[in-house]
Amino acid sequence: MKLVIAIIQPHRLEQVKDELYKADVNLITVSEVLGHGRQKGVTEVYRGVRETGNLLRKVRLEIAVNENYVERTINAITKGAKTGKTGDGKIFVLDLPECIRIRTDERGSEAIG
Amino acid sequence: MKISASKLIVCMGFLFATAAFCFAGDISAPPKIDSGDTAWVLISAALVMLMTPGLAFFYGGLVRRKNMLGVLMQCLVILAALSIQWVLIGYSLAFAPSSGFWGGLKWFGLNGVSIYAPYTDYAPTIPHQAFMIFQAMFAIITPALIIGAFAERMKFSAFLIFTLLWATFVYDPVAHWVWGSGGWLKNLGALDFAGGTVVHINAGIAALVTALVIGKRTCYDKYAVAPHNLPFSVLGAALLWFGWFGFNAGSALGANGLAVNAFVVTNTAAAAAALSWALLDWIFNGKPTMLGTISGAVAGLVAITPAAGFVGVTGAIAIGLLVSVFCFIAVSVVKHKLGYDDSLDAFGVHGIGGIWGALATGLFASKTVNPAGADGLFVSGNGHQFLIQLAAVAVTIVYAFVGTLVIYKIVDAIVGVRVNEEQEAIGLDLTQHNERAYTMLE
Repeated sequence: MKLVIAIIQPHRLEQVKDELYKADVNLITVSEVLGHGRQKGVTEVYRGVRETGNLLRKVRLEIAVNENYVERTINAITKGAKTGKTGDGKIFVLDLPECIRIRTDERGSEAIG
Repeated sequence: MKISASKLIVCMGFLFATAAFCFAGDISAPPKIDSGDTAWVLISAALVMLMTPGLAFFYGGLVRRKNMLGVLMQCLVILAALSIQWVLIGYSLAFAPSSGFWGGLKWFGLNGVSIYAPYTDYAPTIPHQAFMIFQAMFAIITPALIIGAFAERMKFSAFLIFTLLWATFVYDPVAHWVWGSGGWLKNLGALDFAGGTVVHINAGIAALVTALVIGKRTCYDKYAVAPHNLPFSVLGAALLWFGWFGFNAGSALGANGLAVNAFVVTNTAAAAAALSWALLDWIFNGKPTMLGTISGAVAGLVAITPAAGFVGVTGAIAIGLLVSVFCFIAVSVVKHKLGYDDSLDAFGVHGIGGIWGALATGLFASKTVNPAGADGLFVSGNGHQFLIQLAAVAVTIVYAFVGTLVIYKIVDAIVGVRVNEEQEAIGLDLTQHNERAYTMLE
């Protein structure tokens, strides 16, 4: 089992969701985060006080999948999130030792789908 | 006998003041200024002023949060910029007496617009400048209404130029035709109590044109944009409802029975339309919605605006109940069929509601409410007034359509109207103003 974590541009979320549904990946958790990669931050000015390099809003997806779903999940996220500009985000794939569905007490691969 | 210096000064001051008072009374004797009327019109002007920030929150709540300050800024800058435009040239262009295209610059910088004496053609019982500042608030909110159509994608610089040109070359002439001394639609006998044609149809058509030419938001066909803060919109709608008492009842230009009528029918129509829209939501979408209810209230306020001084409560209820039906169809069926992105339904509510209100005035107007008005089709069985209303509506639509299109094209050629795709994605708050409305972390 793998845990796929993706940090993407907020305005690409809808496209990524569409692509994931098309790839039959339906279970995702989404949260709003602040981040800073290579993309330079934005400038903010409040009463003349300038702040640069601020953190940008990003969206973080967490998707737990079985091994045979990993590639199609990655492809779907890439397809939906890619604009070709800096700031498109990153995908991390982590090993996932255990998964439990609370309602049924199912464990492992059974619990993921 | 010793008299203290202070007492002497007081006595002298008293004598001098008395003399000055008599002197002033002898010469100018301002003709029949009514203090009650003046007070009411000044308060009404303040009420209408509050509508523009109210509109800012109504619209602001409906956009995504990355564009919140963009909307607030556009509304507040209109308040500031048009206040200056109005006292310098706007009032003169709209209201200086003339039978031509507009009033010209006779009253440039309020030259000849008295703070004491009335201008009897417009308001015989209040100082001329009280009428001027009341009208200023109308000139401010009208271009602010258009913001709803191009929300979330217009460059601030382009917006500013567009607004000033539009106010000068579209609003001021139309205001002159309908309300100005010698205005040709006024002479034709068109009834527009508080600005159905001048304000709402005018802004509504401008909204349609700008929505058509600026194009859809990039997200428009991909997913529905959810309002980021409906409570703000409710607050904004409530402020609009409150301010509208000044807009409509203040348009009586006096503290009198006509103002009372306008006040009552304004409230009645807003209430009927709010209920009506909520009911339509309930029937067609399963649940009555908050956004539907406030949209209905605003539509009702729009529709009663031209009629407020000419119809009674029965007419107000009919106008209110029906305006929601027309606007509901416009925003939830027609807009999607035709595929233009009037983002916050400035045309769907103000354009459609304004047209219905202006025509309904020709149906429900009654001389028992206002002897200076006329009898509408449903009151007298005579369609004459309805045809005049139709003509005024048609003229306003055509002029606003062409005028807005020309101004838009000029601004687009000078600075480019629309932000680029990346700026649109990041939002107007950061890209146009270097600020954000809300922080996530401290």
